[in-house]
Amino acid sequence: MSVLPEYPQARSCPFHPASGYADYAPVSKVRLYNGREVWAVTGHAEARQVLLDPATYSSDRVHPHYPALAPRFESARKVRNFIGMDPPEHTAQRRMLLSSFTVKRTNALRPRIQTLVDGLLDEIEAKGPVADLVPDFALPVPSIVICELLGVPYADHAFFEHQSRRVVTGSTTLEESADAFAQLKAYLDELIQRKQREPGDGLLDTLIAEQVATGGLTRAELVDIALLLLVAGHETTASAIALGVVTLLEHPHQLAALRSDPRLLPTAVEELLRFMAIADGIARFATADADLAGHRVRAGDGVVVVIATANRDGEAFPSPAAFAVDRGARHHVSFGHGVHQCIGQNLARAEMEIALGTLFRRLPGLRLARDLADLPIKEAGGVQGVWELPVTW
Amino acid sequence: MRISADQGRCLGAGQCVLSAPDRFDQSELGLVEVLDPEVPEGDEQRFRDILDLCPSQALSLEA
Repeated sequence: MSVLPEYPQARSCPFHPASGYADYAPVSKVRLYNGREVWAVTGHAEARQVLLDPATYSSDRVHPHYPALAPRFESARKVRNFIGMDPPEHTAQRRMLLSSFTVKRTNALRPRIQTLVDGLLDEIEAKGPVADLVPDFALPVPSIVICELLGVPYADHAFFEHQSRRVVTGSTTLEESADAFAQLKAYLDELIQRKQREPGDGLLDTLIAEQVATGGLTRAELVDIALLLLVAGHETTASAIALGVVTLLEHPHQLAALRSDPRLLPTAVEELLRFMAIADGIARFATADADLAGHRVRAGDGVVVVIATANRDGEAFPSPAAFAVDRGARHHVSFGHGVHQCIGQNLARAEMEIALGTLFRRLPGLRLARDLADLPIKEAGGVQGVWELPVTW
Repeated sequence: MRISADQGRCLGAGQCVLSAPDRFDQSELGLVEVLDPEVPEGDEQRFRDILDLCPSQALSLEA
């Protein structure tokens, strides 16, 4: 019997999918770190088929059939929130949050994000080159924004950024991730209890007043929701901003096109989202037998939707390996698809547009201070990107 | 053709508002509102593409 290919595989260039995924298309069996065999779905149409059918392809993280793509997913089973639930449980929780993430509400945050970005760039310019844009720029922008939105004190950022990294990094061990989840839960539980005594004006305060006080959510449920919003609210966008800088610098003609026409910024960000695929893959498990691209998927089978390759499917995107800031295609699956599609996607778009647009306008001579090949790439099986981004200008 | 929206399916991703802000909005609860449902003749494919982006399949075209 031949040995199945492994999922996940590490990227050799931070903005390209691992080359090994090319052999899987569009649906094939792969082996996870723990030896379990699951279906890898790499085609775009097949990815949408799975993600649009939550009745057949469940997100229930607690269920033993839900596949752990990396060790930390075993610890994540103890965190119960809507990302790991199916409808109707999922729907009820997600709806409690929707009003805070509309296009209008996120656009209303733009002036604040602009002020924040301007201030960080003032500091970077004052200090002079070389700057590491990960800690000095890409991380604080979304971290401060999500703190203000939720009502989490940014003064605690060193703690929650460190713990968040441990729960989104591919190489995190079972023990490390269990400890990080436990620390984040304890921190948020204490914060929420404090807010119950002394209310503030963040989304967590609103949820305490509207849901916890009326029995719509228990405090423990709110802790798990807060954990998701806090972690997903900064670590992914931080990776996207930093890797967006790298991707634009490594495609100078595209960067020049964007500079000559700043109105391209929204489509350029959309193309970065498609091209980079920060979230490499999404797990599901089959609740019933199903047909998938001619394969017979059995009830209980694990499935991983490979976002990075679905976004490079030539059937869905002409010249898929080309990075084109004027492509104007929004049907990528970088935010997922179906009922679980990212609730914070419009906030992420706003943060990326303002951060990248302002950075390249203010520092026209921006360039990498280290070769692309020497930038440390984030490990397989977690949020993708670079750990460091030394630049000069 | 007319655009029909099912608020019961909507999960507030906002794709419709991004695609056609003159046609779609979101309510205070974050759910889809159709500002103008009429699809002019010849524009059907453009709207099918927009509706296809809806992750919760809350939008459809009706005769």
